[in-house]
Amino acid sequence: MTAYVMRRLALMLPVAFLVTIGVFLLAHLTPGDPALILLGEDRNPEAIAAIHHRLGLDQPLYVQYVTWLGQIVHLDLGRSVTTHQPVAIAIGERLPATFELGAVALIWSLLVAIPLGTIAAVRRGSLIDRLATGFTVGGVSIPNFVIGIVLIFVLSVSLRLFPFGGYVPFNKDAYENLRHIVLPAIALGTAGAAINMRFTRSSMIEVLNLDYIRTARAKGASWQRVVFIHALKNALIPVVTIIGLQVGGIIEGAVVTETVFTWPGVGRLAVESILNKDYTVVQGIVLLAAFSFMFANLLVDLVYGWLDPRISYA
Amino acid sequence: MSSTPTTSLSPFRGEGQGEGRGQHILKFGRTHVTVVLGFAMVALLFLVALLAPFISPHDPIAVTTNDSYLPPLSPSHPLGTDELGRDLLSRVLWGARVSLPVAFVAVAVGLFGGGLIGLVSGYWGGLIDLLLMRFIDALLAFPGLILAIAIVAALGPSLTNAMIAIGIVAIPTYARLVRALVLQLKQMEFITATRSLGATAPRLIVRHLIPNLLNPIIVQVSLSAGFAILSEAVLSFLGLGAQVPTPDWGQMIHTGATFLANDPWLAIVPGAAISLTVYSFNFLGDSLRDAIDPRLRT
Repeated sequence: MTAYVMRRLALMLPVAFLVTIGVFLLAHLTPGDPALILLGEDRNPEAIAAIHHRLGLDQPLYVQYVTWLGQIVHLDLGRSVTTHQPVAIAIGERLPATFELGAVALIWSLLVAIPLGTIAAVRRGSLIDRLATGFTVGGVSIPNFVIGIVLIFVLSVSLRLFPFGGYVPFNKDAYENLRHIVLPAIALGTAGAAINMRFTRSSMIEVLNLDYIRTARAKGASWQRVVFIHALKNALIPVVTIIGLQVGGIIEGAVVTETVFTWPGVGRLAVESILNKDYTVVQGIVLLAAFSFMFANLLVDLVYGWLDPRISYA
Repeated sequence: MSSTPTTSLSPFRGEGQGEGRGQHILKFGRTHVTVVLGFAMVALLFLVALLAPFISPHDPIAVTTNDSYLPPLSPSHPLGTDELGRDLLSRVLWGARVSLPVAFVAVAVGLFGGGLIGLVSGYWGGLIDLLLMRFIDALLAFPGLILAIAIVAALGPSLTNAMIAIGIVAIPTYARLVRALVLQLKQMEFITATRSLGATAPRLIVRHLIPNLLNPIIVQVSLSAGFAILSEAVLSFLGLGAQVPTPDWGQMIHTGATFLANDPWLAIVPGAAISLTVYSFNFLGDSLRDAIDPRLRT
């Protein structure tokens, strides 16, 4: 197991190296000179050259890359071009809100997916199965910002049950925090719910056809016991993979949802930074998103083997 | 050597031995009704895009401030008008002319870029495979939408750049798919036989490998077209895709969301258009996958 983890980490190194090159180049290809953004109207050549020198932009590209790589190894992601705040702090301040939203969205998606997927598998071909299957295709076809807008219109604007945006920290007012998180979490979690339901259903169908389930039934175990005690545990193994990848991709999903609901997370910071041409912040967020996705992949592989001892790490 | 032998990767070919092509398609359509339905839905969308200039009741970008905020079912404006008095139905119909070409170009970029990498990697293997696959791994390390956003941010917000970005995001999927299929095919006897008969690499690839890759690729094309339309809508919604006054669905939702309290149809109508379009492509992709390779059915 340890050898496998070490081998996987070693394989990740060249990929991580390529990722850093990609992120660095993407940010440096961004049109618009950061010096011009910083200077505003006062654009004399001396001032521009001074800022280029201060930001290291007058150095050759490879020198800039090596300097930047040295900084990120020490978790120094540079400073925001527009606010001058350290990027790591700017991201760090926004991360809790994104994690909070991602966690509630994941809980929502599992609350829908696991019972619905299980029922659809047990009652295969029934009306509920057809509805659930329709939900899986619909859930991944409707963009999360469309779901968000419909939710805002129905539950917020028309019925006034929930606020249409904003964020209240949990430690400030727990009730208001929950009221503010419901709509964005549903909007963010619905696509995940559809995907998880699909995997739960197909995996459950497969498990229910296995010999040990027939044996359990033959021994007189009730259907409920067979489904929820014997089958569900094994059926959820492939679902764990998908959930792991969804956790790794929280920032990706949050980009749009946070913009729709004015949620002060990393996703919204990404959009604001792109529109403000704040390339250091964009660089930091893309790097964070890529690395969390890579580590989520690794973690999923390890958890998968732990859940299913038949998988060998040799 | 002129005909390609049947393989498990091409069930279409296996089913229709001794039948005419037309007969075979007819038989396939009869046994796979959902595929026909999926094709019909997608064909209808293309028809709408093609005929938009003829079936749109108004100019989609003509501003008529006197007709602002007309509700749906207004005389001569079946879906109402937006804040500038532009006919919503016309804008939604013309929107298909933006979204479908985006899907087409993005899928083409992904298919040719990824397909070529997968083919070279799978066929030649060795160091070239190792290097190309690390490049693909690096692309896969980025969540798709984040990569698309980062590329558009680097290239500048525009519809063309959005197409390129979404296409680049699709490259790893095609590269991995084609590589895996080529590796499988390379082990098959007909490839070994063809090679031992002296077929050159280009001939082997063009005449024998590519025809056997088509079926799984058709499924992937349909699924990634849905993803491309969805991604384009997201980019335009964030202000990184189509720019004003292009009648683009994502951009229409972005503007419409501002008027949600009084004029919800401005956001909901284009939202429904995107959802229906993506649904059609996903439905077609799923049906094709179930029909072509039932082992992959979920």
